[in-house]
Amino acid sequence: MTHLAELPSWAALLTALLLLLGAALALIGSFGLLRFGSFYERIHAPTLGSTLGIGFVLIASMLFFSVLQSRPVLHEVLITVLMVVTTPITLMLLARAALYRDRTEGNDDVPPST
Amino acid sequence: MTRWLPFPLLTATLLAVWLILNESVSPGAVILGGVLSIAAVRMLMPLEPPEGRFRRPLAALTLTLVVLGDIVRSNNAVARIILRPGIRNRTSGFVRIPLDLRAPYGLAALACIITATPGTIWVEYDSAGNTVLLHILDLVDERVWIETIKERYEKRLIEVFE
Repeated sequence: MTHLAELPSWAALLTALLLLLGAALALIGSFGLLRFGSFYERIHAPTLGSTLGIGFVLIASMLFFSVLQSRPVLHEVLITVLMVVTTPITLMLLARAALYRDRTEGNDDVPPST
Repeated sequence: MTRWLPFPLLTATLLAVWLILNESVSPGAVILGGVLSIAAVRMLMPLEPPEGRFRRPLAALTLTLVVLGDIVRSNNAVARIILRPGIRNRTSGFVRIPLDLRAPYGLAALACIITATPGTIWVEYDSAGNTVLLHILDLVDERVWIETIKERYEKRLIEVFE
């Protein structure tokens, strides 16, 4: 971070803007988690942070280090790919556990198993 | 080819991951990465991963672009729903979607797409009836959603993976 002063201002501005956008999306997602009523609605909210939210942060990181080191820095693409491939696993585990619980408790608002 | 190098695409992907992590394409990195990828795929073999095929990279590319667009749009839509003051006049619910896609990697890709677009969650897959149960945050018309998933994603996934 000591090289921060070497960063041209357009890149600094753009990085800051992207970081803020990503952080805002994560915040809105957390707010939704607080606001929605049922489990199935709540599970939608944090996906804002885990998709476009993290996307903005990673683009900001790529831009910052690419400009600073004057060469393309592309590691972050791997983080994106791994996020996309692994989040469905956690989400499915959570959703199926909730569905199983609701079915055994006999709640009417979930569809029966086929 | 299959005997000496099973899953060539997976091996190539692992090698690419190695090279990106090392940020170098020097002969040393390529050789070490190549040996490691081949060994990793060999070690995967006892798990007997299902056979898959991958065709039409161009269709895969269009699908990726379509999905990227949809991610941006659905993020915007869900953010609006969260920030909108009146939360009552919105119904969320489950939709069961009959699928034609049966390729295991295609289904995995569909699960990633559906999870990556906020507002839709993959809940349960029924392999006997080949249907998938989704939960949708802003459910206006079931038929529209079934058509969207089938037309936008499933058709292209069948092209690529079957």
